[in-house]
Amino acid sequence: MQQVFTKAMARNIFLGGSVFFLAIYVALSIDTWHRIPERDHADKLTPAVLQGKYIFDTNNCIGCHTVNGEGAYFAPELGNVYKRRGPAFIKAWIQAQPTGIPGRRQMPNFHLTQKQLDDLVLYLQWLSNIDTNNWPPNIQG
Amino acid sequence: MKYQSQKVAIPYFIGALTLFFGQIVFGLIAGFQYLDGSFLFPALPFDVVRMSHTNLLIVWLLMSFMGAAYYIVPEEAQTELYSPKLALITFWVFLTAAVLTILSYLFIPYAHLAALTGNAALPTMGRGYLEQPLPTKVGIVLVALSLLFNVTMTLIKGRKTTINWILVGSLWGLALLFLPAFYFPEDTVKASFAWWWVVHGWVEGDWELILGALLGFILIKMTGVDREIVEKWLYIIVAMTLISGIIGIGHHYYYTGAPAYWIWLGSIFSILEPIPFMLLIAFSFKMLMQRRREHPNKAAMLWALGTPIMAFLGAGVWGLMITLAPAQYYMHGTNFTAAHGHLAFFGAYVMISLSIISYAMPLLRGRLANSAAAQRWEITGFWVMVLSMLVIALALTGAGIVTVILQRAADHPMSFMQVEGKARVFFWVREVAGFSFFAGLLIYLRSFFITGDYEYTSEIKQALAR
Repeated sequence: MQQVFTKAMARNIFLGGSVFFLAIYVALSIDTWHRIPERDHADKLTPAVLQGKYIFDTNNCIGCHTVNGEGAYFAPELGNVYKRRGPAFIKAWIQAQPTGIPGRRQMPNFHLTQKQLDDLVLYLQWLSNIDTNNWPPNIQG
Repeated sequence: MKYQSQKVAIPYFIGALTLFFGQIVFGLIAGFQYLDGSFLFPALPFDVVRMSHTNLLIVWLLMSFMGAAYYIVPEEAQTELYSPKLALITFWVFLTAAVLTILSYLFIPYAHLAALTGNAALPTMGRGYLEQPLPTKVGIVLVALSLLFNVTMTLIKGRKTTINWILVGSLWGLALLFLPAFYFPEDTVKASFAWWWVVHGWVEGDWELILGALLGFILIKMTGVDREIVEKWLYIIVAMTLISGIIGIGHHYYYTGAPAYWIWLGSIFSILEPIPFMLLIAFSFKMLMQRRREHPNKAAMLWALGTPIMAFLGAGVWGLMITLAPAQYYMHGTNFTAAHGHLAFFGAYVMISLSIISYAMPLLRGRLANSAAAQRWEITGFWVMVLSMLVIALALTGAGIVTVILQRAADHPMSFMQVEGKARVFFWVREVAGFSFFAGLLIYLRSFFITGDYEYTSEIKQALAR
């Protein structure tokens, strides 16, 4: 039987297509990289905010929560929690954990100092000002 | 099995299945914590259980991919593995690192673990799937380097087939795509953008190539179809994977702070992402139709045909459901994603792993196929696991629908925890199906302990007697 579409042609589509779209992706990513600082107010990433972020990461917050929809679906969205609850509530809530109510989902107490709580809330505040193309649909996240 | 060195695949496959067992145990605990939030608290908070569940999944899949590579590459190259000894040492290093990492999750609070392992010097912890402490991440790279060295040297000294090119090439891709795990920008939006290089790059790109190579190998061996035909199909499938999947990464960038043009790009290319899975189905059933032999390993054939179907459902259909930007606006970060994640990981990567194990393990144990009795256990395990996972995915989809209706798209949206209460029935269904899956796993594992060859004569006699 005559081979109209050969293996070599299939291979070339694979290699050519991959390289072509990878090149486009790299170009788009470079453009994105330049636009992100404006969209997330990177100029406001102060040392205190970054301290807060470090506390956030090293306590595995996304192991239960989401940030802009990414993480786990066991506990509420934190990308907009600053706007939903405000700084005072957030600090009091974290300090009051765990609730110990039987059957209710429990959050550990991370024994954060006052300074750490302040930094963490500053990070949550920074998160809440990212331009996420109007997501989430409402304040409940 | 044609080469003695292929035997190094045995510990990899056994290790993988052992960790698979552990993964499901943690899955059951995590699922139960959705129903009773204080279950095992404070000993095992949900995040610890979850990351044990997901990290075990990744490690055992990697382990089975490695076992598959050590089995397939020598056979395709028609030469012994470059260094079986290195492969064996690597296995023990990998297993030890994996077990130590899980134990450290279970017994050391995450913040302490970060402090103990030098996370401050090079922060990498606290990202989904990449929660591992720095020494583990370095260990993964060393294990990958050892694998790459071994299979590449084998490839160089032996016959060069398309299956081997795609397999070894995609293992290189797997290792390279892990490197962004060491790059954790302070800017959270950039960090999320780069995180997907690893996660999307693996599961919606590179791993699909591994899946294709493994499935292609199994089908060549089991159907006896001409290699040229299989390899041409493979190139088309992996071409469609990358053509759709590279820009398709945009579906992760809609609502995480990246520019709005990703909404269009991601949506358009994501529509194409089910195509390689449709092609996989067409390919495997066409090969089945054109088979030139009846392989006695019916269980392996079932896994090999089930893989593309379940992968298409999980990755293709469930993926498409949440991928278009207007739909994802409501579904993003809900149990829709968990449903898709479970069905896609299972349908594509768990099932291809169990396919190659099903095909290779009897051969590694010195027989063409397991006894009919063992195969019946394995096939029963197949159906119980597949059907249970479908129920898990449907239940999580139900929970996702509840969130969309009551929280995301409601005029008076309820709070997250209120909505979780309303979705409770679906979490029950998921947990019951989880136990059913676990039963299926036990049935499947039982099949390994039934010894004996596949006996043509006794099978024929039995068939005639019926």
